[in-house]
Amino acid sequence: MTEETGPRTKVIQVDYLARVEGEGAMYIRLNGDVVEDVQLKIFEPPRFFEALLRGRSFTEAPDITARICGICPVAYQMSAVHAMERACGVRVGGTLRELRRLLYCGEWIASHSLHIYLLHAPDFLGYAGAVDMARDHPALVKQGLALKKVGNAIMRAIGGREVHAINVRLGGFYRTPSRQDMTALRTEIAAGLSLARETVRWAAKLDFPTLELDYEFVALRHPTEYPFCEGRVVSSTDLDIDVAEWDDNFEEQQVAHSTALHAVRKGRGPYFVGPMARYNLNRDKLFDSTRALAEEVGLEAKVRNPFRSIIVRALEVVWACEEALRIIDAYAPPPQPAIEVLPRAATAWAATEAPRGLLVHRYTIDAAGLIRDANIVPPTSQNQKTIEDDLRAFITQHTHLADAELQWRCEQTIRNYDPCISCATHFLDLQVERTHGH
Amino acid sequence: MTTRLKLAVWKFASCDGCQLQILDCEDELLVLAEVVDIAYFKEATRHEDPGPYDLSLVEGSITTAHDAERIRQVRAQSRILVTIGACATSGGIQALKNFDDVAVYKSIVYATPAYVSSLATSTPIADHVTVDYAIPGCPIDKTMLLRFLSALLAGRKPDIPTHTACVACKHSGVACLMVRGIPCMGPVTRAGCDALCPKFARGCFGCFGPSETANVDALIAQWREMGVDEATIMRAFHTFQAWAPPFRQVGDVVKSQTSPSRGASQGQGRQGHD
Repeated sequence: MTEETGPRTKVIQVDYLARVEGEGAMYIRLNGDVVEDVQLKIFEPPRFFEALLRGRSFTEAPDITARICGICPVAYQMSAVHAMERACGVRVGGTLRELRRLLYCGEWIASHSLHIYLLHAPDFLGYAGAVDMARDHPALVKQGLALKKVGNAIMRAIGGREVHAINVRLGGFYRTPSRQDMTALRTEIAAGLSLARETVRWAAKLDFPTLELDYEFVALRHPTEYPFCEGRVVSSTDLDIDVAEWDDNFEEQQVAHSTALHAVRKGRGPYFVGPMARYNLNRDKLFDSTRALAEEVGLEAKVRNPFRSIIVRALEVVWACEEALRIIDAYAPPPQPAIEVLPRAATAWAATEAPRGLLVHRYTIDAAGLIRDANIVPPTSQNQKTIEDDLRAFITQHTHLADAELQWRCEQTIRNYDPCISCATHFLDLQVERTHGH
Repeated sequence: MTTRLKLAVWKFASCDGCQLQILDCEDELLVLAEVVDIAYFKEATRHEDPGPYDLSLVEGSITTAHDAERIRQVRAQSRILVTIGACATSGGIQALKNFDDVAVYKSIVYATPAYVSSLATSTPIADHVTVDYAIPGCPIDKTMLLRFLSALLAGRKPDIPTHTACVACKHSGVACLMVRGIPCMGPVTRAGCDALCPKFARGCFGCFGPSETANVDALIAQWREMGVDEATIMRAFHTFQAWAPPFRQVGDVVKSQTSPSRGASQGQGRQGHD
């Protein structure tokens, strides 16, 4: 919706953004070609998870925090179990650790495929949604759904169901899969890997609007692995910390136009989390085969155009399929489905890499294991300010576009981040306001 | 004119997991889109057709004055209104605040609570407008959703289970977890998940909500006999379906039978933050 609100001012706004998870809006006010205001508004009603966690048992955090987001619940479960295990001085290694990685592969494959094909591709091909797109591109949409299904098959096999897995607990799982369960899964994932490679080749040929800013990328970095659940929090500038040092380096700010808190790096400002940040900071940790595919399609070693995130997401799906196959091929059922985790009074942090980026949990528990305090920093609240910066830069460079086209490209700019608004609310309505200056 | 069923999907306070189950119908989604006209579904498309709609699927609970008004508008435009999931059907996990003081909640999460407008309660859709059908679960089961839609399209009465997960578990031939000393909510919880948790050696945690005529008192007595403490009992009933009667009243039962030495200081989960 575009509105001339005065002789010089124009507002472009979207009251309820589509193809994002949750409720958000966009408001942009232009004075001639000058962008006066950009707001990514989050009006998702708050659900107060950090408050309702108080007084709950430490064992309940994975299942409760999963309900923050139906699209990345495994990420919440993983950040929660790692934080609680750190609090209790327990480290889950070996096969149980590998099974957690396998489950996380499932979520990355399903969530990324959902975004690539159903939420983001329609912007590149000019359709309102995937169902409309399927009328002209049935094979493409079917390929996307088949790939998404592979991720969900992993989550069903390891987690019990596609949304809100029931098999995750502190110390490991309730039941671990048999060798036969894994054999059936292997066939599906191998087929998914071929689809994922085709997805990368397809995505690399899309037309990308230009946009490059000088971002600070933040992601986990592990000595030997592409990051999931462990590693130091590093950035493309000078940051290299344990997540326990989070508060010394980051802060969350409340703004009036959003029920999501905005995270910034202290003394520096906005930063960028998600697939592009992970890839830019951990490209050397991809499998040689994954990196070779990136080179084949001409994906630069440092991706700075957020519209190209669709290629990086597709590459991460390839990586996740390869990682899943590696885990399955080495799998032997562990002797116990979980190791014991006994409570002790402590405060602990954990960060894992949700499909949309770094997800930080901090808990304080007492000696009986009751949660005294909880703090959750989801990826979308970390990206909010960066998304607003992108919108400002994009509009400044594209004021020649007709209003309807400009509005759609602004929506696409937001969807580059696969924003998850339900997560952030603790997201979106687009408005562009134009003033015609003389 | 098309005679396809005109479908709208609405979101209130929720995690999006239930509407994601529609997109998770990977094998059926495109067929579904042929037999129903997806007229309004913000998570899936920027295209929207105005009402009225034949069928509205409603996810999420009512937690703001704005949403309390919006659901009335949705009802006015909908021939059949169906709640999908625990939030819409019973208030969701966010209904835990109904037992507490929302001002305290806001101050825990937000530095400037005044910016945040929120009602003191999270309430089910049926507290605000007439609901024609309720599909349970946290999240809903996509097979149940597809069966429901098939019935509606065929003009049959939809069959939403009201019996217990316990019955479903017996049918599946899973050895009873209670017998093995694992507390399970299957005897008071609605079927619909095909006894998922027991199959994973985990006691049911009630995410499909109370079954018809759930005998909560009998289950609590059995759990006590198994040595489950009062605070754990309280938390078990007061999680994803806390505001659904009779789970809602479990707090009164437990509090009235809790001696000061047992559980009261630890837990009664909901008082923990005062």
